[in-house]
Amino acid sequence: MTTAILERPVRKRVNYLTAKHTLSSWLLTTDHKRIALLYLGSVTLLFFVGGFAALLMRLNLLEPQGAIVHPETYNKLFTMHGIIMVWFFLIPSIPTTLGNFLIPMMVGARDLAFPKLNLLSWYIFMVGAAFTLYSLIAGGVDTGWTFYTPLSSLYVNTHVLAAATGVFITGFSSILTGLNFIVTVHKMRAPGMTWYRLPLFVWSMYATSIIFVLATPVLAITLLLIGLERVFHVGVFDPGLGGDPVLFQHLFWFYSHPAVYIMILPGMGVISELVAAYSRKRVFGYKAIAYSSMAIALFGFFVWGHHMFVSGQSVYAGLVFSALSFAVAIPSAVKVFNWTATLYRGSISFDAPMLYALGFIGLFTLGGLTGLFLAAIRVDVHVHDTYFVIAHFHYIMVGGAVMAYLGGIHFWWPKITGKLYPDIWARLAAAIIFLGFNLTFFPQYLLGFLGMPRRYAMYPPEFHMLNVLSTAGASILGIGYILPLAYLLWSLRYGEDAGQNPWQATGLEWEAAASPPVTENFETIPVVTQDAYAYETMGIPNV
Amino acid sequence: MSEFAAMPGSRGLPKHHREHNPALHEQFETIEQQRDAGTLGIWIFLATEILFFGGLFTAYIEYRSLYFEGFVSGSHLLERHLGAVMTFILLGSSFTMAMAVHSVRVGNRKLLVLFLILTIVLGAAFLGVKFTEYHEKWTEHLVPGFNFHPTAEELHGTTPQSVELFLCFYFFMTGLHALHMIVGIGLLTVMAILAWYEKVSAEHYNRIEVSGLYWHFVDIIWIYLFPLLYLITGSRH
Amino acid sequence: MSEKIIPIRTYWWVFFALLILAALTTGVAYIDLGVFNTLIAMTIATAKMLLVALFFMHLRYKPGLTRLASFVGLFWLGVLVAFSMADVFTRGWTPQGKPW
Repeated sequence: MTTAILERPVRKRVNYLTAKHTLSSWLLTTDHKRIALLYLGSVTLLFFVGGFAALLMRLNLLEPQGAIVHPETYNKLFTMHGIIMVWFFLIPSIPTTLGNFLIPMMVGARDLAFPKLNLLSWYIFMVGAAFTLYSLIAGGVDTGWTFYTPLSSLYVNTHVLAAATGVFITGFSSILTGLNFIVTVHKMRAPGMTWYRLPLFVWSMYATSIIFVLATPVLAITLLLIGLERVFHVGVFDPGLGGDPVLFQHLFWFYSHPAVYIMILPGMGVISELVAAYSRKRVFGYKAIAYSSMAIALFGFFVWGHHMFVSGQSVYAGLVFSALSFAVAIPSAVKVFNWTATLYRGSISFDAPMLYALGFIGLFTLGGLTGLFLAAIRVDVHVHDTYFVIAHFHYIMVGGAVMAYLGGIHFWWPKITGKLYPDIWARLAAAIIFLGFNLTFFPQYLLGFLGMPRRYAMYPPEFHMLNVLSTAGASILGIGYILPLAYLLWSLRYGEDAGQNPWQATGLEWEAAASPPVTENFETIPVVTQDAYAYETMGIPNV
Repeated sequence: MSEFAAMPGSRGLPKHHREHNPALHEQFETIEQQRDAGTLGIWIFLATEILFFGGLFTAYIEYRSLYFEGFVSGSHLLERHLGAVMTFILLGSSFTMAMAVHSVRVGNRKLLVLFLILTIVLGAAFLGVKFTEYHEKWTEHLVPGFNFHPTAEELHGTTPQSVELFLCFYFFMTGLHALHMIVGIGLLTVMAILAWYEKVSAEHYNRIEVSGLYWHFVDIIWIYLFPLLYLITGSRH
Repeated sequence: MSEKIIPIRTYWWVFFALLILAALTTGVAYIDLGVFNTLIAMTIATAKMLLVALFFMHLRYKPGLTRLASFVGLFWLGVLVAFSMADVFTRGWTPQGKPW
């Protein structure tokens, strides 16, 4: 027998932000939306820490002899920049903030499958961050974020153990988040929400979660092995004792290559949403994009050896990895074509999120194209460990992932906070970021091709001009990043109230939930009867 | 426009028609959904564990092919009969765990607690034998890095580095496995306590099943570790 | 909706089979069969694994999604091992032939 439970009438102003105000209601919350905000605070802070390291690096590179730090310190700077940006910003950013906030709402559920596990994920993340920040404060690590052995396991005296422990711990945060998302998408969809009615953001997050779950454990065991080797002085990766350093690289890149897809797939999911909303059109080739996400997740696991072409790896293995690396570009290209086709004959508006999306499409394409150059062994042998590689992945990670992240934060800001940000400032910031980004990183393609090695605190004088341009760009980029921090915070207090669906966007989070949503997301669980992106039925945005 | 009114049926009910079951968590609509989610969740977690151990297996495979003779010598330094005893103990514990799950499904609380305790005892026995082995290796000076001084007879013509590498894998793999056993014993102890205080039932049994899946998985790891570490047959027995 | 409860008899048979296989694999290790030792040992181990997974872990009675999840981990490990070993085993192959 069911027992009738009388519902409290929902007062207008009560939402997930105002429901309770105590510190413990935030620190012990199991509400996915509050957890998303906890993560938002953490990753933003860590982004600026990692960014500060980059600033010091670029300042140092103003002079061929190194302008401000010793080479030993420079080594620590690029290592910490890499570790923090990869594991504490790029990998968690979209999944833990936008993913946590939106996935339950997009599938029509009241929360993720395992809300307490979600909270635990955040705490694990924070503990991992603490260990890593400790290693920074205690003096830093200088092995590069890739921890190659036997340098990291047997030779350096820096705080490898603390940093590796921090990353190891944070890995479990990723695993649990991925697990949570997979189970949620399988088991918690609202009535009528079939797989092919899901927003493409959910498909991307699902594919990302598969990578989280399958790749991260291998990183964990690899870091554990470094730790054991450091502590026990045994020869697992030490050639002098019979170990194979290339084995470390296999284990490391088996995770770290799929990890780069963890960093970009969520961004691609955001772009699908933005391109549809700001073209007022259905996404072209929905199924193709959905399947491409899955294909990227799958094929991303088969290409890791392209980081190892010059490591001593077998030539034949290199050939196979090279061929597969060409193949993995195809699904990404399919997505770019489909986004472009979505734009065609769309009713396009150039709001800030759309500026980020358009920037993404261009910059990701450039970055991806240079990835194809690197997949060709002969080219890679020439530019491996040069600034060409750095430019390649920054085009994707910064020109792609970070811009998608910012686009998504802006797009869903009214939903998350109930406030509108000042659009002029947002568009200005987007433009500054785009300009600053290109000025920073395009010269690096040239530097790399001309032969400037990466991870060097100094360089030959002929590279001076390009380095100065790059540093100038970096300062502009830095300003560009600080602007959103400022006006988004400003909007919390002084921003206009957003209303439920200011962009007139499709999706359960816009159409069935308030801005900000109530704690349970929906008054009643929605029943879905139509596809995602039914823009032909939506009105015109009122902002 | 999407139809966002609530409809009658097992899902999509307004909150006050939702199944009233104290075991049903808020985010789920039915107990079956909760159970399915839990089961899928644990299997995904086990997949992560396969890859976690898998990194060690990968390294093992490489070094075994490179240094087979050394691995043979190393394997002969282990006590095969102890390994076999540990295998039998763990298989027995998997059996008692399966019986525990059966007991909760048929609603027999006493048998459930009994089988959980038996599983714990067998697990502890396994660990007892394992730690005796470790201690023996220490007294024989066969602990890599810390205390490794093999005799010529123990090396049997192979290099000390390759034998030390083998023993690294012995300690790392069985050590990681033992760590998982300890966690498993802790988990089952909690389950036994919950079972004793009637926090599980024939309707609300998923946590026992989930714990069982974890336990069986740890058993499966040992099923592979045993032949790979203890039973490497080389040019001599 | 209730899941099938597996009868105790099945568990006993499976346990019995597991013990036999464990004894078998231990016994065979004392006979030198060259490369077949490893092959037999791994086959027996896989048989034991399947018994535990299908019956003790109830995979035999579970829907496809659960089975897929269980298979996926193994498959991915297979990828890691296969590609890494492909490198290790072919490192020594020097490409022959004249330069272009």
